[in-house]
Amino acid sequence: MKKEVVISVRELTKRFGDFTAVDRISFDVFRGEIFGFLGANGAGKTTAMRMLCGLSFPTSGSGTVAGFDVVRSGEKIKRRIGYMSQKFSLYDDLTVMENIRLFAGIYGLSGADTRTRAAELLSRLDFAPERHSLVGSLPLGWKQKLAFSIATLHRPEIVFLDEPTGGVDPVTRRQFWELIYEAADAGTTVFVTTHYMDEAEYCHRVSVMVDGEIRALGTPSELKRQFAAGSMDEVFRILARNAKRGE
Amino acid sequence: MRILAILLEKEFRQIFRNSFMPKLIIVFPIMVMLVIPLVTTMDVRHVGVAVVDADRSPLSQRMLSHLEASGWFTVYGDVPGYAAALQLLEQGEVDVIVEIPRHFERDMVLASPRPVSVSANSVNASKGALGMQYVLQVISRTLRDAQAEKGSGAAISDFFAVQYRYNEILDYRHYMIPALMIMLLIMLCCFLPTLNIVSEKERGTIEQMNVTPLNRMTFTLGKLIPYWIIGLFALSVAMLLARLVYGLSPVGSLGAIYLAAGLFVLAMSGFGVVLANRSETMQQAMFVMFFFVMLFVLMSGLMTPVESMPDWAQKITVVFPPRYFVGVMRSVYLKGTSVSELHADYIALAVFAVAFNLLAAVTYKKQS
Amino acid sequence: MKNNFIQFVRKESLHILRDRRTMLVVILMPAVMLMLFGFAISTEVNDVRVAVVAPVRSDGIREAVDRLSRNGCFSFCGYISEQDVDVKLRSGEVLAVVVFDADYDRTLLQAEQNIPVKPPVQIVVDASNTNTASSAALYLQNALSAERPVPTVFETRLLYNPQMKSAYNFVPGIMGVIFILVCAMMTSVSIVREKETGTMEVLLVSPVRPLKIVAAKMIPYLGVSCIMLAVILLLARYVLEIPMSGGVGGIVAVSLLYLVLALALGLFVSTVAQTQVAALLVSAMVMILPMIMLSGMLFPVENMPVVLQGISCCIPARWYISAMRKMMIEGLPVAAVWREIAVLCAMIAVLTGVSLRKFNDKLE
Repeated sequence: MKKEVVISVRELTKRFGDFTAVDRISFDVFRGEIFGFLGANGAGKTTAMRMLCGLSFPTSGSGTVAGFDVVRSGEKIKRRIGYMSQKFSLYDDLTVMENIRLFAGIYGLSGADTRTRAAELLSRLDFAPERHSLVGSLPLGWKQKLAFSIATLHRPEIVFLDEPTGGVDPVTRRQFWELIYEAADAGTTVFVTTHYMDEAEYCHRVSVMVDGEIRALGTPSELKRQFAAGSMDEVFRILARNAKRGE
Repeated sequence: MRILAILLEKEFRQIFRNSFMPKLIIVFPIMVMLVIPLVTTMDVRHVGVAVVDADRSPLSQRMLSHLEASGWFTVYGDVPGYAAALQLLEQGEVDVIVEIPRHFERDMVLASPRPVSVSANSVNASKGALGMQYVLQVISRTLRDAQAEKGSGAAISDFFAVQYRYNEILDYRHYMIPALMIMLLIMLCCFLPTLNIVSEKERGTIEQMNVTPLNRMTFTLGKLIPYWIIGLFALSVAMLLARLVYGLSPVGSLGAIYLAAGLFVLAMSGFGVVLANRSETMQQAMFVMFFFVMLFVLMSGLMTPVESMPDWAQKITVVFPPRYFVGVMRSVYLKGTSVSELHADYIALAVFAVAFNLLAAVTYKKQS
Repeated sequence: MKNNFIQFVRKESLHILRDRRTMLVVILMPAVMLMLFGFAISTEVNDVRVAVVAPVRSDGIREAVDRLSRNGCFSFCGYISEQDVDVKLRSGEVLAVVVFDADYDRTLLQAEQNIPVKPPVQIVVDASNTNTASSAALYLQNALSAERPVPTVFETRLLYNPQMKSAYNFVPGIMGVIFILVCAMMTSVSIVREKETGTMEVLLVSPVRPLKIVAAKMIPYLGVSCIMLAVILLLARYVLEIPMSGGVGGIVAVSLLYLVLALALGLFVSTVAQTQVAALLVSAMVMILPMIMLSGMLFPVENMPVVLQGISCCIPARWYISAMRKMMIEGLPVAAVWREIAVLCAMIAVLTGVSLRKFNDKLE
């Protein structure tokens, strides 16, 4: 089976002054895949992801996302992707429904579409009773699930998740990953950064970033074999041992 | 268009859901309009005058009573000597000291009598200088009249007829009220949009917006329009209060006022957004904004005339939008000047409005 | 215990030093404002634009107009017709119009012969700016009648401000307003930010007493404020040439007291405000107006209605400005401002007391 490439990155680099945050990384991501983007804090994951989402210009190198160039066609990319940032970024002072309507409107969903998708979303998350609650009053785990659902509301080709499960309890994390699988099954490509190594095992393929470079890339089982490790956790520790950048 | 409507709905919901904003928008204009006009009397009334009368003649007594009768002064008539008067001045009780020398009336017939000396505390320059002028005017009238009675010199106390047009009773409030409205607009339309945008930056929600296909013009407009509405609303409240409380309604047309106010609000809020786009943290944005607000309030002719400033400073004010708005508001409100007579000011405001808003859209970067 | 206090101070100082841009703004901005306002703001009336209506150009009128255009206070904008008076005034082209009677010369003669006359000169002033209007009217009358015989000699003196420089008047006012607003903004925001990000809780559960936490936050800001004060005083002394004859020691001491008060005010705002936005709006936008209007910076306190004079007593800047005017310009010693010092001290005590109380209440 020939796999369709949806993200393709070549020698992508980002420098801030003397500091090279992302150092000539190259990889491909295929349609429908859950691609884990691992690395310690400060390894350059978020910077790399921001370049792919059209939030930040690369210093050099090239990349295409959903067939569009990240340097020239940032705005076209944005129509085709969803993004959930590390910082929780729905509006706390709007209700669940108001947030849904806002983002649906921005992505140009029609009124009828918005209503059906909102109803679907609320029932999937069991959120119907909370539809008129302020988002700020919800527990963190709920907010994260809501943020993910809103990021995929417009059925993007690719959804970028930046440490989506930080600070969330194990049960909610499990539920969150079920949402990710559902999305992947529906054909959405999921690009997720995390530093929970158990989550790395859920991904189809992972890359490990150290000091701004990609040091390993493959399926979890390939990597475990390559580094003769029992778990992804061990793989990660072997790679991180030589890291120069501290926390 | 639909997206803009959705963004506007979002902004208004957020403003009204906030516990502080609605109060600020309503209470602030009311407080400003009710309290501040009472303060702003720069008319030099209540000038304290200490008279050291070493002559104690009918003439000196007459000067004293004329000073008292003029209504401009609080007269301390019985000060024993210059030292005592100076002490009163240092305590802030009096601003002007008048010394009438011994035998002044007697010596009046001489070619050169010892002069009456008038000293003013000019730490507060305007009060000192004006107070002195008033004192000189009253005393010289007294002396001229006295001489006229004796048949020498002319009684020219009624040589001039002065007509104060547009504000016959010289009510300083009428001068200040349009200025206060401008200050209100400066504060609301500079501070609020800046804070709004920077706080979205700090919370990270703006990044979520940046990763959507939302057009930056639409986003900027969504941020600005609410503050245009708020600004014009506050202006209307202020104008209503000016009418109800101070009986001051604009002589010129409402259309001329709202046209200028609309342009001004556009310019100022655009400026606020430019600043917000350029700052990292709220603290930074506010300090810089505070700096500009102080410049606008103190150097645009709101409280002290632009003409009184040195040339170089007048040149700087050319780039301050409030400078033009101040001129328009005062002229339309008090003198009934028409738009065509003030077209230069309107054009200047329009240029600022367009320039700042373009700059606002350009400096808003979705990609860094 | 002492050691962790120093740790706290160090942490706060690092915060401040890291944010170079903000610090630069905090120190440069007041200096620029002082220079601009010190040199630029002035209430002196000069350059009054005057037009003249003269039905005839008689010798007397020409002489009067000549006197007018030679006077530095006025700029003569030419002769206009009677119908244009309102147009010129309304458009703001001129501020005053002098209207001469056709038989001005004859009336002048009659007046000199002591025959009662109808005023031959009418001065029409645009009174939309009342201050300028009344001084312009006064100056015009003086200028036009300057060469009539004045029956007596006056000797006039201006005390303390011999060159009538407005800077003398405004510098203490500008200092008073800038110090308090900038300091209050700095401190209130930095405390509220810790509340917002939750780090304040971390500090509060530590074994350090709240008083110390607050003090530790204040000390670095006091340091920054002192730099600002030094810059401003140097500029005021050497660039604006304010005499400061009352003794620099006293001026610095009172200013330091005032800075402490400003920080206490910031602390107080931070206990009231829940978010950074609210803190900034309160300390920048809401306070700016009373500080400028009620402090006596522009409008003399004694001219205000009694109720507002009462309110102005609660404005810290009023007391500081009054003390600075006395010490910097009138050259009075510290002893002359004991009342202002006492009020400032009392305000510090009240504000710190209330804030600490509220601070502690939140812990319960």
